[in-house]
Amino acid sequence: MSTPPTPAAHGDSPSGLPDDATDGLESSIELKQVEGLSQGQIVRSRFVRHRAAVVAMFALAFVILLAFTSVGVGPWTGWWKFTPNSTGSLTNAGGLPTMHLPTWLGGEGFAIGDHPFGQDEAGRDVFARVMRGTQTSLVVMVIVGLVSTVVGILVGAVAGYFRGRLDSWLMRFTDLIITIPVLVLGAVLGSLAGGKGGAYLLATFLGLASWTTLARLVRGDFLSLREREFVDAARVAGASDVRIIFKHMLPNSIGVIIVNQTLLMSSAILLETALSFVGLGIKYPNVSLGQLINQYQEAFATRPWLFWWPGLLIVVIALSVNFIGDGLRDAFDPRQKRIPSQRKMEKSLAARVASQVTATTRPQGDLGTGTSLGSGS
Amino acid sequence: MFTFLWRRLLQGLATLLTSSFLMYLLVSVSIRPLQDLEESTARNKAQLIAARRQILDLDTPVVMRYVKWLGNAVTGDLGTAWRSGQAVNDKLGGAMLSTLQLVGAATILAILFGVAVGIISALRQYSAFDYLITFVSFLLYSLPAFWVAVLLKQWGAIGFNTFLADPVQSWTSILVAGVVLGLLWSLAMGGAWQRRLLTFVLALIATVGVLFYLWASDWWSSPNLGPVLIAVVGIAVAFGVTTLSTGLRHRRSLYSALTVVALGLALYTPLQYMFAYVTFNWLITIGLGFVAALSGYLVGRLWGGPDWAQSARTAAITAVIIATMIFLDRVMQVWPDFFGSQAISGRPIATVGDATPNLGGDFWVQTLDGYTHLILPTISLLLISFAGYTRYARASMLEVMGQDYIRTARAKGLSERTVVMRHGFRNSLIPLATIVPLDIVALFGGAIITEKVFGRPGMGQLFIKSLYNAEIEPIMAYLVITATLAIGANIVADLIYAALDPRIRVNA
Repeated sequence: MSTPPTPAAHGDSPSGLPDDATDGLESSIELKQVEGLSQGQIVRSRFVRHRAAVVAMFALAFVILLAFTSVGVGPWTGWWKFTPNSTGSLTNAGGLPTMHLPTWLGGEGFAIGDHPFGQDEAGRDVFARVMRGTQTSLVVMVIVGLVSTVVGILVGAVAGYFRGRLDSWLMRFTDLIITIPVLVLGAVLGSLAGGKGGAYLLATFLGLASWTTLARLVRGDFLSLREREFVDAARVAGASDVRIIFKHMLPNSIGVIIVNQTLLMSSAILLETALSFVGLGIKYPNVSLGQLINQYQEAFATRPWLFWWPGLLIVVIALSVNFIGDGLRDAFDPRQKRIPSQRKMEKSLAARVASQVTATTRPQGDLGTGTSLGSGS
Repeated sequence: MFTFLWRRLLQGLATLLTSSFLMYLLVSVSIRPLQDLEESTARNKAQLIAARRQILDLDTPVVMRYVKWLGNAVTGDLGTAWRSGQAVNDKLGGAMLSTLQLVGAATILAILFGVAVGIISALRQYSAFDYLITFVSFLLYSLPAFWVAVLLKQWGAIGFNTFLADPVQSWTSILVAGVVLGLLWSLAMGGAWQRRLLTFVLALIATVGVLFYLWASDWWSSPNLGPVLIAVVGIAVAFGVTTLSTGLRHRRSLYSALTVVALGLALYTPLQYMFAYVTFNWLITIGLGFVAALSGYLVGRLWGGPDWAQSARTAAITAVIIATMIFLDRVMQVWPDFFGSQAISGRPIATVGDATPNLGGDFWVQTLDGYTHLILPTISLLLISFAGYTRYARASMLEVMGQDYIRTARAKGLSERTVVMRHGFRNSLIPLATIVPLDIVALFGGAIITEKVFGRPGMGQLFIKSLYNAEIEPIMAYLVITATLAIGANIVADLIYAALDPRIRVNA
């Protein structure tokens, strides 16, 4: 399982700097757009423009809300009638789902019923089980994200800031961890984690295995940041190393960190479910989506609904997180400008020319170059 | 250069040593070889435990055991798996071959398709095709590998086998396939609406025609390529390769590619005799592939001209493709026998293992059997790495196409093909080339899941089983091999980077 692609990492120029020498006109328009806004506001407004990311955010929020309120957390049992492990009599023969599609979709009229996702062979409610599994998978995902962020930032920042021997030792260590695929490391460590708190332990282990990419990125960023004037200024003003690292430099590489960690979290959920599927991740008293799929794969021919829902939830969560990550990348990377299609550009240009002639209007031919790749050839 | 390589190798060796030590400690902590005895109710429990401790040498400190293991491993003895009593070296051979087949097939296909689709997607940035591919690659990226694998196994295999038992296509399905492919092609080709419409209609007719031909000629029950199909596809390949490689205006390469196709067809019948009388194995096959490439090269050389190298390249690529088709044709010829065989019992697309037991048959039957076992696991591995390559190729192509030298190339009046293929495509491969070695290692890890679902006796399966069985020796063998691969891949990636991009200095 490889880490998601991060094209920004291959750029030669530090991504934080706008190339103002080459395209003065464009960057002045760009600057006018963001005049008087804080970085947070700019990022937010750019993020909102990425429609898929916004939709994904709502989808993820819905899944989180559904998973945690339906079967509850700890002693609270939530609003759903059944608990994940309570057995009962089968409502439909064979445990068929009681959820039906509306008539206009070819179903028998919309209904949720007692067991919308059906029941398994022991009469347990699949909806409750899937929701419990989703909780576990989400918690694992967040813990992996947090642990790997903390370790990655610490290693990367220390290596990049202090350089020298410490840097080379830390990077040697990082190379060492990279030699073992995360899935393999997770499998070995995962067999250590059992019992009630196994999920948290497993998540921590996975986090401890997957910080390497972030550490390398942060180190790279810090190597260039430490040569900047504001770092010198802070040092001259008497700031301590810790203060310089956390107050002055870290906020400057927050974009890289957030984007990378979001994408890491989407691969973390796939990793955890894969491990649980093989039987080396989340174990019996706990329920995870991967484990559910493993349990029910034999029943595919007779009870396919046992198999569809956990998989579908994994896809929804991973897809949402991926899209949010993509939206964040667009929002944090000033080089990523959205170029509207040629038709839209011409339309808006015509509208602008009609209403008023401003100094910033560019000649028609210049506008065409951005999209000529698509219509050329 | 040499000192650089030497130093990297030494560094790699040190990393390998440390990593193996750490992993030995970790594994010995995480496995519990005594568990089954501790839970047993046998009367002589204590005695049994003591005996096993004796066998596994558990009373020696872990560090000493590692040193012992290392000493043996260096001399080439990777120990024995204590539960089955098998030597790890014997187990590894077959497992490695099986995994290599799987990972190799998936990687090659993923790179070819992923890069092609990613580059087209980048060239049509912000078009419907681009959005579609972006969405699809995100979707594939978010699919759990094991879920796809189980779906393919439980659904794809059964469906396909049922279809093969009674290959009837309905007109609706043919038309739907035609329309979908037509839409995809017209989106990928882009251009003005007349061009799109033309592409759509052509692709629709071609798809429907091909599917109808397959159906009408009973292709599904006795698949074959035959000289006619090889000729038609071969000429199309010759034109396609020439267009991409040198452009159709370069007549000599077009002629040399077409010569190669004619040569391949002329050799078709003699080759059939050779296939019948010579006992084939993989060595001969790969050798013949090289011969094909070499003869293509020679054909290009003979067409001559000041730029014969381009013609030779084009002809060599075409020759390899033609040779592959002739080979596949021969493999397909055994299909009816294979399908009717007792061991297959009418379900040719296999879901378990990497070979049908008691199948018998010659090289061709065995190869075909291997392919039918490879199809589903390869698809499930392919889908996910395809998405990754598409993203990488798109991102790097976009980066390159925004560079100044592309503008310069356009400004001096080069054709779009030259700009894209020579100035854009080649440079976009630089970051890709460094990712491929690392990605292959990641695929090796990913193969664990696929092998588990499809029950292929590969490296991943060996690892998982040994982990269940608490056998440290095979686990360590697996870990050392993956670590060696990873370190090697890193060095290779560095070398490729230095070779492709002269700006990167190898600090020797």
